Amino acid sequence: MTDQSLIRNFAIIAHIDHGKSTLADRMIQLCGGLDDRDMRDQVLDSMDIERERGITIKAQTVRLLYKAKDGQTYLLNLMDTPGHVDFAYEVSRSLAACEGSILVVDASQGVEAQTLANVYQALDNAHDIVPVLNKIDLPAAEPERIRQQIEDVIGLDASEAVMISAKTGLGVGDVLEAIVHRLPAPKGDPDAPLKALLVDSWYDPYLGVVVLVRVVDGHLKVGMKMRMMATGATREIDRVGVFTPKPLLTGALGPGEVGFITAGIKDITETKVGDTLTDERRLASSPLPGFKPSIPVVFCGLFPTDAAEFEHLRDSLGKLALNDASFKFEAETSAALGFGFRCGFLGLLHLEIIQERLEREFDLDLITTAPSVVYKLTMTDGSVRDLHNPADMPDPVKIDHIDEPWIKATIMLPDEYLGGILQLCTDRRGVQIDLTYAGARAMLVYRLPLNEVVFDFYDRLKSISRGYASFDYQMDGYETGDLAKMSILVNAEPVDALSMIVHRSQADKRGRALCERLKDLIPRQLFKIAVQAAVGSRVIARETISAMRKDVLAKCYGGDISRKRKLLDKQKEGKKRMRQFGEVEIPQSAFIAALKMNDN
Amino acid sequence: MLRLSDQPDAVRSAALDPGFGIYIHWPFCRSKCPYCDFNSHVRDSIDQDRWRQALLTELDHYAAQTPGRTVTSVFFGGGTPSLMPPATAAALLDRIAGHWATSPDLEVSLEANPTSAEADSFAGFRAAGVNRLSLGIQALDDTALRFLGRRHDVAEATAAIRLAARCFDRFSFDLIYARPGQEIAGWRRELDQAVALAAGHLSLYQLTIEEGTAFHTLAARGDLVLPEEDRGAALFEITQEVLERAGLPGYEISNHARPGQECRHNLTYWRYGDYIGIGPGAHGRLTRDGGKWAIRGHRAPEIWMQRVEQDGHGSHAAEPVTPDQRWQEMVMMGLRLAEGIRLDRIVQETGAPLGDRVDAGRLARLIDGGFLETDDLRLRATSAGRQRLNAVLGMLLDQR
Repeated sequence: MTDQSLIRNFAIIAHIDHGKSTLADRMIQLCGGLDDRDMRDQVLDSMDIERERGITIKAQTVRLLYKAKDGQTYLLNLMDTPGHVDFAYEVSRSLAACEGSILVVDASQGVEAQTLANVYQALDNAHDIVPVLNKIDLPAAEPERIRQQIEDVIGLDASEAVMISAKTGLGVGDVLEAIVHRLPAPKGDPDAPLKALLVDSWYDPYLGVVVLVRVVDGHLKVGMKMRMMATGATREIDRVGVFTPKPLLTGALGPGEVGFITAGIKDITETKVGDTLTDERRLASSPLPGFKPSIPVVFCGLFPTDAAEFEHLRDSLGKLALNDASFKFEAETSAALGFGFRCGFLGLLHLEIIQERLEREFDLDLITTAPSVVYKLTMTDGSVRDLHNPADMPDPVKIDHIDEPWIKATIMLPDEYLGGILQLCTDRRGVQIDLTYAGARAMLVYRLPLNEVVFDFYDRLKSISRGYASFDYQMDGYETGDLAKMSILVNAEPVDALSMIVHRSQADKRGRALCERLKDLIPRQLFKIAVQAAVGSRVIARETISAMRKDVLAKCYGGDISRKRKLLDKQKEGKKRMRQFGEVEIPQSAFIAALKMNDN
Repeated sequence: MLRLSDQPDAVRSAALDPGFGIYIHWPFCRSKCPYCDFNSHVRDSIDQDRWRQALLTELDHYAAQTPGRTVTSVFFGGGTPSLMPPATAAALLDRIAGHWATSPDLEVSLEANPTSAEADSFAGFRAAGVNRLSLGIQALDDTALRFLGRRHDVAEATAAIRLAARCFDRFSFDLIYARPGQEIAGWRRELDQAVALAAGHLSLYQLTIEEGTAFHTLAARGDLVLPEEDRGAALFEITQEVLERAGLPGYEISNHARPGQECRHNLTYWRYGDYIGIGPGAHGRLTRDGGKWAIRGHRAPEIWMQRVEQDGHGSHAAEPVTPDQRWQEMVMMGLRLAEGIRLDRIVQETGAPLGDRVDAGRLARLIDGGFLETDDLRLRATSAGRQRLNAVLGMLLDQR
C-alpha cells in the first residue's frame, strides 16, 4: 500500500485538439511507464476510432511513478477523460474518482465551450485545478491573452499557469511538479470498512467483466468477498491490479488508489457504474454519493442495407452494448427499410461513433434514419407516454399535448460569426439567456429544443463559423411544444422511414427541403410521381417527378438475344428491394440516399 | 384496345411459324468504327478459299441438324460482308439450296459499305443471288461521317444508294442519330434527305455507347457526351413522325418500312423464330428434341476456323433455353415490333398462356398507363411503350 500523502489522483480537462493526449503520452514517457518500444501516440486511446479522430471516448486510467524534485517518489493516477459533450457522463465519473484536475488550454485557441462545462463539473466535485497553457511554441500562441481569458471566462486564478509544449516536451516536468505540490492528496480512512467507487466496467473476452475502481476507505484484495451496494450482488475478487498503462497485478489496493478488479462477472449489467463496493464481511454503513445514470437522449433506426444481415447486426449491437452501458437498442420494423433496430444514444457524436464502429469493426452496411428525441405525450385520458420513434405516433386526436426536451447550450465563437450564429439559434427556436464577451470571443448561452439540435445544428454551426465555434449542452427539462408528425408521401402513400416530429413553425421548410431532395433522388419512372409532405391531412409541400420519356435499346438484332437478356437481368438486379407506391416501384436506394443526406 | 385492322396485311397473316433464317457472319472490316462492338476484325490478308470452305463446312453441320425445314431468309452480316468475294456468297447460297427447301419469296440480304470499291461488286452479289442490300450509310453529313469513323463521304454514299437501287429489288440503309450535340432541325433535314433516297426500308439507330469501343473510352473520360434523355426522346419522336408521314412507319423500334417491305430475316428474330448462325461469333436459336437451344460460335476468327476444320463446326456447346427464359426472350424481342406478340405463340413457346406468365396487377397498370395493349390475339407495346421498352420490360418481367 502506498502512503496516501504520496498519491495524487487527477484528471485532464481539455478541448479536442488542445493536446490532452499528447501531454498524457509525455507524462507516461517521463515517468518511464512505457519503454520506447511500446510507446506510440495517444497510448490511452485504444480504439482505432479514437486514434483516428483524435478523440477520447472511453475514460482510461494509468498509474505513474514520479520521482519529484523533493526526492520523494509519488504515485500519480491519471484519469484520461473524453472531451466531447456526449460523453460528459464519462467525464463526471472520472472526476468523481480524483481530487484535482489539470486544465489544458491551447495558448492560441483559448477556452472552448466543452472545456468550460468540464471545468464547472470539476469545481462541482471540489477539485483543485492547475491551468496549463499548451502549444506555447507556436507562432500564434498568445499566452498572456489566454491567461486573461481563463480568468475572465472561468474565473480561475491563472497567474501560475504552467507554460508547456506537450509536443516538444517543454514544461512537462513542471506539470508533474505542479500535480505533486498543488493538488491535494487523498484522505481516506485506511481502517474503515471498504468503500470503493465503481468508476467504469467493460467486457474483456479473456477476463470477463473488468471493473475500474477508486478505493476511498479501507482495503480491497484478492479473495475478498465483495458486495455491490446498489445491486446487492456479492462476488469473490479474483484479480486486483493497476494499469501502468499495461495491466499489472498487485493483489491489493489501499485507500486513495485506483485500479481494476475481476470477480468472475459475465454480465456487464451487473456492474452499475457509480455503485459502491464494500466488504461482505465488514459492510460500510452508507454508500458513496455515486452519480445519476446516463440516459439516451437521441434515437434513430439502424437498418442493414442487406436484409440478410439483420442477425449479424443484432449480434454486433449486442457486442457493442457489452462495453457501452449507455447504448440501448430494440428491434424495429419499417415498411420502407425492413427489419432493424431502434437505438438510443447519449448524443449525436455517440450515434455517429456507434454507427462507424458497426460499419468498420463488424463490416456492416447500414441505413440510419433521421435522429429523433424522446417526446412525452400526454394523452386525453391523462396518461403520459414516451415517444422514441415518429412512426409510433398515436392518432393526434387522442393526444392532449406533446412535451419536448430542451437543452441549455453554451456556444463560444469568434465574434465575427456572431450574427450568423444568432440567426441560426433563432431559426431553431432558440431563446437567448446570455451573451458575454472575453476579448474577441463571444460566449452565447441559449435554450434550444433538442430536436432542432439533432437536425444538423452542429454541422450548420461549424459551417457558419468555419469550424471556430465550439458547442456544449446539457439537458434542461421538457416543455410543451406545438409539435406534429410530418409524413412524406410518395403517390399518396407514406414512407415511414422519412416521417419526423416537427414544430409547426418549421414544418413547411423541412417538408419543402425533403420533397426537393427526393425529387432529385428518385429516378424517373414510367409514371409521374407525386412527392408530398403532409402534417395530418394538410399537404405542406409537393414536388412532381415527371415520367420518363425514353428508355430503350436502339439496336437489338444480330441474333444475340442472350446478351440482351443478361442486360435486363442486370437491370432487375439493380432494382432489388423495390417498394411499390401506387403504380410505381421505387428503389429503396432513393430513400437511403435521402436519409444519408440528412447527415450533411 | 388494339385494332388489328390497323396492321398491314402481311403482319396480320403472320403465321404461327415465324420462319427459319440463316445468318452468315463475315468477321472482317477494313477498319474498326469507333461506335461498333460487333464481332469484327481487321486482317492484312484473308485466305479466301479457306474461309469459303470453312463457312460451307459449318453450313453442312447445321443442315444435318435441321432436316426438313424451309429456309425463309438468308442474311450476310458482319464485319463487312460486302468485302467477301461474290463467289463465296454464291457458293454458300448454292449449298443452302442443296440442303434445304427454300420459300418462293426467299429473302437474301447483304450488309454493305458504300465506298466505291465495294459498290463495284454489287452486280456480282446480285448475280450470286442476293436480292436485298443493306447499306451502312450512318449519316448524310460529312462532319458526322468523320466523327463516326466512316471511310466514305456523303457523295459516295449517295452514289452507292443510287447504284443499289438499280441493282437490287429491295434495299435499305442505316443512319445513326442522337449524336453528341445533334440538333433537332439538322436531323430533320437529314431525315428528309434519307426519305428522298430511300425505297422501302430504313434503319434509324440512336447512337449508344458500347463497352470495348473507342467511343466508350471517350465517354468514360467525359470527352463524349450523348444527348440527355429529353433531347434523345425529342429526336426519337421526330424520327417516328417524319417517317410515318413519308409512308415508312416504324414496324420495330429502330426500323421503318413501307408495308410489306419489312426485313423478313430480322422479323424472324423478333418473332422469336428459329435461325442458325454460321461464322465466328454468330448466334443461333434452334427448336429441337422438344426444347430450345442457344448456340453461339467462337468469336476469334482463327479459333473458329481451327474448330471448324477440326470438328466440322466452330460453336460452343449448345445451351438449353428454359421456358422462363423463352418467355423473357420472346417478350424482349416481340414487344419491339409494332405488331406485338401473338398470344398463341406464347403458349407454343413457353407452354403457358400470358395470364400465367405475368402479374395481372402490373399488366393492368402498364395497359392503363398506355404502354401496352392486348386483345384476344396479341400483346403489343404502344408507341409510347416501345419508346420506354426497357422500363416496360423491367416491370412486366419482374418475377417477384
